[in-house]
Amino acid sequence: MVSYIFRRTLMAIPLLLGITILSFAIIKAAPGGPVAMLMDPKMKASDREKFEEKYGLNDPVYVQYFKWLGNMAKGDFGESLIKRGTPVSELILNRLPNTLLLMTVSFLLAVLIAIPIGIYSAMRPYSPLDYTFTVGSFLGVATPNFWFGLILIMFFSVTLGWFPTGGVATLNAPFSLWDRIHHLILPALVLATADLAALTRYTRSSMLDVLKQDYIRTAKSKGFKEKKVVIKHGIRNGMIPIITLFGLMLPSFIGGAAITEKVFAWPGLGQLFIDSAFQRDYPVIMALTVISAVFVVIGNLLADILYAIFDPRIEY
Amino acid sequence: MSQINMEVSQKDLQLNPNLKSKPDTLTRIFFQKFTKNKLAVIGSIVLFIIIMSAVLAPWIAPYKFEDINLLDKLKPPSKEYWLGTDRYGRDIFTRLLYGGRISLLVGFCSVAGALIIGVSVGAVAGYFGGIVDAILMRLVDIVISIPSIFLLITVVTIFKPSVANLILIFALISWTSTARLVRGEFLSLRTREFVLASKTIGTKSYKIIFSHILPNAMGPIIVSATLLVGSVILSEAALSYLGLGIQPPTPSWGNMLEDAQNYTVMLKAPWYPFFPGLLILLTVLCFNFIGDGLRDALDPKTIE
Repeated sequence: MVSYIFRRTLMAIPLLLGITILSFAIIKAAPGGPVAMLMDPKMKASDREKFEEKYGLNDPVYVQYFKWLGNMAKGDFGESLIKRGTPVSELILNRLPNTLLLMTVSFLLAVLIAIPIGIYSAMRPYSPLDYTFTVGSFLGVATPNFWFGLILIMFFSVTLGWFPTGGVATLNAPFSLWDRIHHLILPALVLATADLAALTRYTRSSMLDVLKQDYIRTAKSKGFKEKKVVIKHGIRNGMIPIITLFGLMLPSFIGGAAITEKVFAWPGLGQLFIDSAFQRDYPVIMALTVISAVFVVIGNLLADILYAIFDPRIEY
Repeated sequence: MSQINMEVSQKDLQLNPNLKSKPDTLTRIFFQKFTKNKLAVIGSIVLFIIIMSAVLAPWIAPYKFEDINLLDKLKPPSKEYWLGTDRYGRDIFTRLLYGGRISLLVGFCSVAGALIIGVSVGAVAGYFGGIVDAILMRLVDIVISIPSIFLLITVVTIFKPSVANLILIFALISWTSTARLVRGEFLSLRTREFVLASKTIGTKSYKIIFSHILPNAMGPIIVSATLLVGSVILSEAALSYLGLGIQPPTPSWGNMLEDAQNYTVMLKAPWYPFFPGLLILLTVLCFNFIGDGLRDALDPKTIE
């Protein structure tokens, strides 16, 4: 087991290097490179040279890459080009709690609703309620989440005035838990919808597979109540693929939340990314791209390890 | 059983010469299975209507998409303007028709591009295996690991988002799942007898790949391509909504939503943001229903 985790972690290293190379190459492809926009076009030739010297623009590309990689490994992502003097890491750390809050709440929401629905659908496949859930999850997957958010804002915030239109809390108001929850409800709901739909489908098909097994039939024929059989024998086995899904879904929230954060003016990492992209704040863009990709790699690693732990049938 | 059926049909033929006994060809089985899936059939019909109205937009549309009429700002749906007007008094119905052209064009062309890249990479990796496979699959892992929305936004802010650029970017980002799928199919197909037979008579690799193995892997490829079109349309709408996709005044469903995201619009004309989003939803839903139907219909293992 330990050697499996070790081997699996080693395999992630070249992947991480590849991700940094790709991110670096894309930014380098920008006309003039990442710091060109800092230069004043009327700059004197001597000043320009000093400038290029300072940002290491005269170094060969691979030297620039290794410098950047080395700094990043030390946790130094450079300074923001827009907010001069502010370290990128500070910008990211300021926004991180908001994104984590939104992610966690919407994820829990999705899991708590999706798993019971999926299990019910698997117990009564092709029943009217199962059909309703199926069509519902098709709708959930196909709905553009920014549009769904827009409609919710329009109806619940603008027309009815029940919820705020955006932000994490009322400006200049003292902290109150209800105020925070009030702001959280709509964005969390929007973010949960798509995952809710996908998670319902996965749970249903996984449980359907398990409920077809011989040991379920045996347990039923012994006279156990259906509920007991499903809960004691079905869910245990049916949840194995679902647990590994968590590892795969969690990191996608950083990217997935970006547009929802934008719609609800939620000051999280996704919005930071979009704003930075508009302002061409390359150090922030690069840092966030690499960090989110690292999360994906770790999530995949976690999924594999969880699978190995929870499913003793897996040989590793 | 089949003996009796044959006799009956022979007798029918003699009685009624117009009645031909059709053999169960693969296409016929496919159509039989596909038409059994009601949602897939409805999806195909609705999608056909959407595509035709987008293609025929210049002939159907009652107005020109760039016609501004400041006297008729944010008019509700009426006989004159079927779905109302936007902030500049432009007819929303007209702009939806034209917007569909862009969304569908980007969707179809990007997926065509992604298929070309994905099938080539997957076929080469799966057929040759070994070190080639390892290198190509690590490349897939790298592209898949970076959240696509980040990659999209970064690339679009660097290169100007024209229709051609958007198609190129979507193709370059969404080929990975196809590559993985094709590689898997090739890995299992390359050891089969018919491939071995071709190899022993000295058939060239590219010929084995394209004329012998690829046709056998077409089913899953078609299914995943159908689903991919839907997801590209969603992503394009999201980009345009952020103002990073198709630039106004050319309408796309996404940038119409960007235009509609405005307090006065939401208060005065709540129907405006409703329609473009509904069309995106409907189109993506159709693609997903059709993909689902194709999956069952193309899978030889599902027998009635």
